[in-house]
Amino acid sequence: MRVGLFVTCLVDLVRPRIGFAALELLEAAGCEVVVPATQTCCGQPGWNSGDRPSARALAEKVIAEFEPFDYAVAPSGSCAGMIKTHYPELFAGEGAWLARVEALAAKTYELTDFLINVARLERVPGRFAGTITYHDSCAGLRELGVKAQPRALLARVAGAELEEMKDSEVCCGFGGTFSIKFGDISAAMAQTKCDRIHASGAHAVALGDLGCMLNIEGRLRRMGDATTRVLHIAEVLTAKP
Amino acid sequence: MQLASVHFKQRASGALADKHLQRTLKRFGSGFADKRAAARQAFGEDAFEVLREASAAIRDRALVDLDAWLLRFEAEAVRRGSTVIWAEDAAEACARVLEICARHGLKKAIKSKSMLSEEAGLNDALAAAGVQPVETDLGEYILQLAGEAPSHIIAPAIHKDQGEVSELFVKHHGRPKSDDIAQMTREAREMLRPHFLSADLGISGGNFLVAETGSVAIVTNEGNGRMVTTLPRVHIAITGIEKVVPTLEDLSALNRILPRSATGQEIENYFSILTGPKRSGDADGPEHMYVILVDNGRTRLVGSELQSMLRCIRCGACMNHCPVYQTVGGHSYGWVYPGPMGSVLTPVYQGLENALDLPQAATLCGACQVACPVKIPLPGLLRKLREMQMERGLRPRAERAAFRAWAYAAQRPWLYALATRIAARVLQWMGGRRGLIARLPFAGGGWTRGRDFPAPEGRTFRELYRAGRRRQA
Repeated sequence: MRVGLFVTCLVDLVRPRIGFAALELLEAAGCEVVVPATQTCCGQPGWNSGDRPSARALAEKVIAEFEPFDYAVAPSGSCAGMIKTHYPELFAGEGAWLARVEALAAKTYELTDFLINVARLERVPGRFAGTITYHDSCAGLRELGVKAQPRALLARVAGAELEEMKDSEVCCGFGGTFSIKFGDISAAMAQTKCDRIHASGAHAVALGDLGCMLNIEGRLRRMGDATTRVLHIAEVLTAKP
Repeated sequence: MQLASVHFKQRASGALADKHLQRTLKRFGSGFADKRAAARQAFGEDAFEVLREASAAIRDRALVDLDAWLLRFEAEAVRRGSTVIWAEDAAEACARVLEICARHGLKKAIKSKSMLSEEAGLNDALAAAGVQPVETDLGEYILQLAGEAPSHIIAPAIHKDQGEVSELFVKHHGRPKSDDIAQMTREAREMLRPHFLSADLGISGGNFLVAETGSVAIVTNEGNGRMVTTLPRVHIAITGIEKVVPTLEDLSALNRILPRSATGQEIENYFSILTGPKRSGDADGPEHMYVILVDNGRTRLVGSELQSMLRCIRCGACMNHCPVYQTVGGHSYGWVYPGPMGSVLTPVYQGLENALDLPQAATLCGACQVACPVKIPLPGLLRKLREMQMERGLRPRAERAAFRAWAYAAQRPWLYALATRIAARVLQWMGGRRGLIARLPFAGGGWTRGRDFPAPEGRTFRELYRAGRRRQA
């Protein structure tokens, strides 16, 4: 099957290695992976900030770029959720567009969801020594039902041991522009999350979204914790010892 | 109630800096949410979801023909001896209550919890007219002594700990200090008892209005609601017009989901259906029963894209599950209704421009929507309000320009590639050896005040992927 990899704007800019990890995993699952060169952003910043026209323009671009593939996969619950659950709202009542949107939404997946439920990846290439706790990113969890999938994959990583934290489903406080507009509240929420991570005793926290990753890592480092690793699930699944 | 929602940021900063409040908020933590989860599990998770679906449908059915159900309610209530009064806004609601007080010569009002009374500022209006209002819900009673507003719609004094309440009681009751909660509760009860017996007016809210019988349904846990509505010679129920449901059957469905969603109880300690004043032969009950149906902005929601907000049954589940509410507490929101439901209601009832921060002060994490017993799409409504702010030019010029610039670049891949190429390098350089940026310029300062920003790796995925492919070729 041909998969269009939606790298996402944050991975592209901040952590390209996560994009390559996703690529490796999809190929390990036997997919032919294509990375459309013109891709940029799914339009979520505009959508969540009330700038519907800009969200709309970017959505049209994403639809054109990804509809040729059998599947569109993103290493992000937030961006996949934008396409899957919010694009249909964005084009509500527009017959021709809506048909295209719904077709794309139906074949768009968050990475771990795709690996488990579509590609049925059995063996993961990663090896990891240590305990990992998993933070459930909001959009993946509540919009796409991503909960068991990353845990099932983690269980297949040699050496990795999952240690659940309390309130793993509670938001870390990122919230897109919220993290800048209400920086103090956002940081206080991140602190609560970091306390939970520490209480779990895990060496690393894994998660499925870049926003949470930057937020949690940024707060941990500011607190003086230089050792707890903050990793995207794709990095853990492809980790080399 | 005084509107302070424009000061959300300052109030939230104060709340974050208040160590005592932070401790109290942390202790409250996920208490209600855990109880709801347990109740949901006991009910059966699938069955609970069916009940949520049914509850939303019941509320929608009432709202679609709101005018018709309200008229039906009025006709049935009047037929059973109640007097129904319509009030367009807060001021009119207060004026109608005062007219009733004057008509019957009423001097003391005992009150059970009513958020509409808070909306209307009824206590101040009563006091100004020489009618003494006495709150009898324990939480509201504590706040009345403290001169504070509720910070939660079902647990109004949740921001106060036992120590603060002890001190309040010493100051106002003039009795020796007690730290024993059972003893303190007994003391409050002893203080309230004479008021219950001497009041000539009882004021309650209404959890639901039942159209087919003209009844007001009230749930409480302390039993005060029952005394407020039966002991004094006049009872006034003051409620929002959206509270109507068509039938007793509907009421029964909603009353299964309300307590479970609110406090995790299967049923509240007291559940009353009040249908008209005392009839001949009745052992007790008021001589006169009034129902004041208040609009106060609600009709603005009817037929709008925000109409689903009127489904709300005031259970508090959204704030119990809201990580922002848990972090800044209810007073930060600056008006009667805090948390996610308040962030929708305040701008709608009080004006978009008077609560600019509230729709923005959410991470859109969706925890509220999942917990809502009537499936109100709260994050979607907040997003809609953000859209309305943008359309009406209520966002800062710089913010609007930033989004426009972002969208412009993101639609032009060559420009976007160039901009991100530069940004990745500049930010990497700023991150230094540790790869952490301690201070971002401009709006980014909001991020770095409380966190570092992990620096980019230096080259974009796009660049690396292209280079790799070129090598392969």
